[in-house]
Amino acid sequence: MSTEMKKNSQIFQDSNNTYYPEDELQVSNLVQELYKKNQPTEIIGTGSKNFIGNNIQSAKKLSMSKLSGVIEYLPEELYIKVKANTPLELVEKELEKNNQELAFEPIDFGFIENGKSNKGTIAGHLACNFAGSRRFKVGSLRDHILGFRGVNGKGDIIKSGGTVVKNVTGYDLSKLVTGSFGTLVALTEITLKVLPKKKLSNTITIHTDDKKLVKNLFDKISSSSSEVSGAVYIPEEPKDENYDQNKEMVFKFNDLKYKGSFLALRIEGDKISIDEKLKALTNELELSKLNTTVLDVHQSTPFWKKINNLEIFKSTKNNLLRVVVPPSKGPKLMQFLGNKYKYYIDWCGSLYWIEVQSKKNSKVSDIKKLTKELGGYLTIIKTSDEYDYEETIFTVDDIRLLISEKIKKSFDPKRIFNPGKMYRGI
Amino acid sequence: MSELVLPKIDKATINKKEYIFKNLAKIINPENVLSHADDIKPYETDALAAYTQTPLAVVMPENTEEVSNILKFCHKENIKVVPRGAGTGLSGGALPLNDAILLSLGKFNKIIEIDFENKCVVTQPGVTNLGITHAVQHKNFYYAPDPSSQLACSIGGNVAENSGGVHSLKYGTTTNNILGVEMVMMDGTVCRVGGKTLDQEGYDLMGLICGSEGLLGVITEVTVKILKNPQVVKAALIGFPTIEEGGNAASEIISSGIVPAGMEIMDKALIEATDNFSKAGYPRDAELLLIVELDGTESEVDELLKQVRSICEKNNCSSLKLSKNEKERLSFWAGRKAAFPACGAMAPDYYCMDGSIPRGKLAEALLEIKRLSEKYKLPVANCFHAGDGNLHPLIMFDGSDKEQLRKTEEFGAEILKTCVRLGGVITGEHGVGVEKRELMCEMFNNTDIQQQLDIKKSLDEKNLLNPGKVYPILRKCAEEGRVHVHRNEEKFPDLPRF
Repeated sequence: MSTEMKKNSQIFQDSNNTYYPEDELQVSNLVQELYKKNQPTEIIGTGSKNFIGNNIQSAKKLSMSKLSGVIEYLPEELYIKVKANTPLELVEKELEKNNQELAFEPIDFGFIENGKSNKGTIAGHLACNFAGSRRFKVGSLRDHILGFRGVNGKGDIIKSGGTVVKNVTGYDLSKLVTGSFGTLVALTEITLKVLPKKKLSNTITIHTDDKKLVKNLFDKISSSSSEVSGAVYIPEEPKDENYDQNKEMVFKFNDLKYKGSFLALRIEGDKISIDEKLKALTNELELSKLNTTVLDVHQSTPFWKKINNLEIFKSTKNNLLRVVVPPSKGPKLMQFLGNKYKYYIDWCGSLYWIEVQSKKNSKVSDIKKLTKELGGYLTIIKTSDEYDYEETIFTVDDIRLLISEKIKKSFDPKRIFNPGKMYRGI
Repeated sequence: MSELVLPKIDKATINKKEYIFKNLAKIINPENVLSHADDIKPYETDALAAYTQTPLAVVMPENTEEVSNILKFCHKENIKVVPRGAGTGLSGGALPLNDAILLSLGKFNKIIEIDFENKCVVTQPGVTNLGITHAVQHKNFYYAPDPSSQLACSIGGNVAENSGGVHSLKYGTTTNNILGVEMVMMDGTVCRVGGKTLDQEGYDLMGLICGSEGLLGVITEVTVKILKNPQVVKAALIGFPTIEEGGNAASEIISSGIVPAGMEIMDKALIEATDNFSKAGYPRDAELLLIVELDGTESEVDELLKQVRSICEKNNCSSLKLSKNEKERLSFWAGRKAAFPACGAMAPDYYCMDGSIPRGKLAEALLEIKRLSEKYKLPVANCFHAGDGNLHPLIMFDGSDKEQLRKTEEFGAEILKTCVRLGGVITGEHGVGVEKRELMCEMFNNTDIQQQLDIKKSLDEKNLLNPGKVYPILRKCAEEGRVHVHRNEEKFPDLPRF
């Protein structure tokens, strides 16, 4: 038995060919061995977002679940350093103690998968880089990562970044690994920027199904200096038995009795500044002419939680698409969707979550074609059982694919990690 | 500065320079190919003026296609290329090489589209940072990152360096404020990343190119986010009798949950220098001066200022002045913004450092710099972006004195090593360039550096784009016997190693 094999024989492996290394060194030794044997391997955490991306054909699995726990949390320095597979829930609880948060509002994908919360791990969120409603105001996870440690596809332990916000030392690999779906590095340690939580939030709801008005309101909100930190539009659900009718149930609040479509916007701060912003927005958006209500903090907080849990698509059996277009192009997409699809708009008019019933797979191609024409991108988040894979999960042009292939090779020349998870050949 | 080691000169390139000039003149307007000594003289250095090199030629393409054709030609002919924006970089990232074409993006000076609907501006890379704000300010919008050189520095250079500025704690650096880039790879391939949408799918190539110091691609177009001006902006000018008390107040402001739009620290030496220079009315008796700027709604700002006041008073501030109007707020900043020229007026030369440290270590870092200043017998003035822990110690010296020069460099390196020891990094916003190349080993081991070189090699396999920058040539980690050669494949075997 070689020294490496001896080392690896100590790493627990279950009957499903899944390895459970306990620390970074074990991950490194294991990957060195996989590299030598040329064995494609799927990197897994808690599996909360495993359904996103292409299926991977690999004999081996590398569970990073044992690399969990907070390494260093310095509230006064506004960062938290964790082992990569620390559950998001644990991190949120730690931050809560100091009235801090991950400002990009990570999405809880558990609801669309199983109808209940399953927040997954920090590494999982980093691998996907899908931010919630506050994104247009504060950035996504890629804007909050300060540094990482991990193992590349050759088994080398590498690091990049640090714990400080101002850092231009060498290439910004932290951004590169964010959103790479585990195809470049098996992450072992992640440092994130944290921010103080706002004291209170209120939500103004504007009841309308006038799409032109919705577009104008989004435009005014994004031009406002009142620091709106969330703006969504939730249209009425299509009267179609293929879509669950759960909007009324999900958004059941005392001050949201209106049954039809509505736009909701969030303002945050202390009581005085919320009042001030409310007043300014009433003026800017001419709210007195519209049918509006205000959700107080007790309703506002759960409202945005439901938005960022994608609860409206709870346990869906249909295809779920995530489409991002320039805000000005929104009306064209809204026009296409009409009342035939279940969808809602986030990021102040830029992000569309669209459910496409399983029997209409060809519509995915139509939406993708339109999205590209509008200068946006589309990711198929969840596929129905009947999905025919006519359209690829991710969108990429030939030149970017070529560059991505080169970068992949520089990290993982034998395509050990998550082969095909994003694109064929990567 | 001391003699700089640069990549080995390729004699084959030098020998065929007439052939190169002739071909470049076919690719672009011959008037835009400069090869006469008088014409290329102004391009011999960037803002790290201590280093000068004469480029083989300077080319000034006017559009992306020309950039692509130049790079294709250079790629085929194995000619090195150094890209250059406005030449305001402080780390020598645009320092020419004798056997390289200097590719100036100076003619890319037009804003392509102002798109208020999507809150963005599409611009050529040669437009200045401030030029973007000027183009949108009539509708009360601005571009957030504001490096001190914003009047002159170009947006393309900002992307290459991932420039920051005074407001980066709240509003981020360049990488957080761009939506898309068009770049030309060394083989001439034109690649567009992002657009007018937030984030992008797939590998974050924009995140990679931003801050890559011109080593991975030449930026030919940038789409930046623009923001609405805040409703109210106010500043406080606070003096402290000791470094520790001021440093502590700064970290307490952050830990109390306040996110200032800007927070700057100046030490006594700089207070005096800038006040003499710009008559900003700074408290001369203070050992440390703190400028805190807050923005938001009227009541929000007033409430936060109240909290700032109480923290500063708790830390024994000796003076505290709040800006009563916009004119006064700008006067608070006038001195800080004149920090570099003020030091320039005090000594024949100054050397500006750019480390980052955890905010809580500010006082410790300042005291260590003071100790080093006594050790090297060289005066130093300090300004800090205290909000994000980015230090700019300015070492004053006489460049004509060789011994002082050597000591200055040693002093600077010791400061940066101190930053790393305190949990920080060697460069916060100025870039590594040639200046801090050899210090990369303070932060990264050979495996880390090798990964970065592997990326470089995958996108520029002949190492022709801006070689000799960012990554150590002397490779101190190599000297210490830690060089990692993967399966006998040494990357960039032509690099001299000692």
